[in-house]
Amino acid sequence: MKKSMRKILAAVLALTLIVGLFAACGSKEDSGTQTGAETIKIGAIGPLTGGAAVYGNAVKNGAQLAVDEINKAGGINGMKIEFRMEDDEHDAEKSVNAYNTLKDWGMQMLMGTVTTQPCLAVINNTKADNMYQLTPSASGADVIVNDNTFQVCFTDPNQGIASADYIADNGIARKVAVIYNSSDAYSSGIYNTFKSEAAAKGLEIVATEAFTEDSKTDFSAQLTKVKSSGAELLFLPIYADAASSLLSQASKLGLNVKYFGCDGLDGILDIEGFDGKLAENVMLLTPFAANATDETTQKFVSAFKAAGYEESTLNQFAADAYDAIYIMKAAAEKSGVKAGMSVSEIGDAMKGVMPQITVDGVTGSGMKWLSTGEVSKTPKAVKIVNGEYQAME
Amino acid sequence: MGFLNNFINGISLGSIYSVIALGYTMVYGIAKMLNFAHGDVIMVGAYIVFVLTTGAGMNPYLALLISMVACTLLGMTIERFAYRPLRGASPLAVLITAIGVSYFLQNVALLIFGTQVKSFKSILEFPSIKLAGGKIIISDETIITIVVSLIIMIGLTLFVNKTKPGRAMLAVSEDRGAAQLMGVNVNATIALTFAIGSGLAAVAGVLLCSTYPALSSQTGAMPGIKAFVAAVLGGIGSIPGALIGGLAIGVVEILSKTYISSQLADAIVFAILIIVLLVKPTGILGKKYIEKV
Repeated sequence: MKKSMRKILAAVLALTLIVGLFAACGSKEDSGTQTGAETIKIGAIGPLTGGAAVYGNAVKNGAQLAVDEINKAGGINGMKIEFRMEDDEHDAEKSVNAYNTLKDWGMQMLMGTVTTQPCLAVINNTKADNMYQLTPSASGADVIVNDNTFQVCFTDPNQGIASADYIADNGIARKVAVIYNSSDAYSSGIYNTFKSEAAAKGLEIVATEAFTEDSKTDFSAQLTKVKSSGAELLFLPIYADAASSLLSQASKLGLNVKYFGCDGLDGILDIEGFDGKLAENVMLLTPFAANATDETTQKFVSAFKAAGYEESTLNQFAADAYDAIYIMKAAAEKSGVKAGMSVSEIGDAMKGVMPQITVDGVTGSGMKWLSTGEVSKTPKAVKIVNGEYQAME
Repeated sequence: MGFLNNFINGISLGSIYSVIALGYTMVYGIAKMLNFAHGDVIMVGAYIVFVLTTGAGMNPYLALLISMVACTLLGMTIERFAYRPLRGASPLAVLITAIGVSYFLQNVALLIFGTQVKSFKSILEFPSIKLAGGKIIISDETIITIVVSLIIMIGLTLFVNKTKPGRAMLAVSEDRGAAQLMGVNVNATIALTFAIGSGLAAVAGVLLCSTYPALSSQTGAMPGIKAFVAAVLGGIGSIPGALIGGLAIGVVEILSKTYISSQLADAIVFAILIIVLLVKPTGILGKKYIEKV
């Protein structure tokens, strides 16, 4: 009796599965015919809930703003954009699920993912489908190993090059000291590229000091060496938690140098109990500052506020996503993407023109791409003045 | 001049190791067990002061006092529920329990305070001493830490040798069974040891975070282990030995960071532990007990 019940149950389950499969196929075909209408479907993936939600929501708002602007102005090649974002909770597996959901919906291009770890999982799927993929903010170097994936943000190691360029080109300092975390890929990756670019740009590295994850509180020995090296600037490709302790000890040691960091320092002012005065005049490389005076930024900021999005999401992620949509528009127009084209045809067309286009965006003017997917743009930096991020001109 | 500055940095770090090592050595000397959770009691003590001062705006010295009381109670609770039931068990079981307690405290702190590092505001606000026209700077934290570690060392030595509960501790450390036969309450004596050691941990936590202000659930872990090396170097169980060992480890660590490699410093510190254990297992001031049959 029991056994036969189980068999029936299994049969019913199998049937539902089969029906479900057909239903899924059906809906896929449906969406396929829908794209025949004058729309283009852009999907996005990022963490909308969970610990990294602030990044995903910023991307969502920035992208939605760009989509609304473009649709109002007539769309891409006359096609209206349909935009949909799926949550991945900053989890690789959920990100792949989100990708499949979006494909069922009929996505033709992917703007995402927002964070590096999930992105590394999704690139395999986009590669298999030859889906054009543009990530606004996943900065890992391995994100762009495939030819169909492009970045809006700098790759982590490229921040080292950009920092050295910025310091040298703006004449901020000649003699530079570095303190980096040798047990961390982000930090040592930036240090290595910084070192070679600094040499090429004629910066003199007078002291190189390292620390490890286990000893990231006591910097007295390293700072004493920096002090006696005669450095004018201390380059800190490290995260804000270690930097907060370092800056406090440097002030006690009477170290009088300029400080320059990368996006890892972003958020140092938000550390609980941190005395903001210690970070005064610290410079850091970041693609976006809300109070920059250039026209593009001002236009973006006022449109963002006027649209009523939470101001807490007005950050570099929103700016990256806003640019990403406009970059997709530029590439689609250049390559003549039409609504009826398949995902793979769009992918081929888009990746063919990416090395040819130049886009002026919020996160940089004159953005260009290598066929490897890396972006090339003028780095921007901010300085902490009176406890606020001030754009450096 | 550079060497002198580095030496001072070493003394500054070393005096913190000393204060922590005093707690280790107390408990080991009397209860004959390694309390690996000591470093994490330090972290708890620092968090309590952080919450009371930065969160509630309390006077830092009052906050320190409250934190000392709280850590004392915490230490006694740990002893009562984690260690006392294992009194007759093998030393290995107790050691593993101590590691368990250590992880327990770290994870509770992680749950309550999250992963984000907090910046601890120094509770000491005295001017630093500047010598040789500002080329040599001795921070107020360094001076206070050295003074505090000296006071604790002298205080503990007097307490152990001159008072009745102190001598009970000596008796328990010498021979637990005989002490019990002579009417010493062994459980109460060991509980008192933990109370004192944990109260000192709160002081150590505040000194540690005043000098190196990044406070996280891992704050006590590494200094705790280094202080253990210091206690072994000085002769575990010996109160003045903890002070000497702590200073020596601090100076060695900073000098090897400066003159050898900033990445190899930790390896050098632990190499010292190995050498000491091989060459002079009792440490600099450790007593050698002759096993009487």
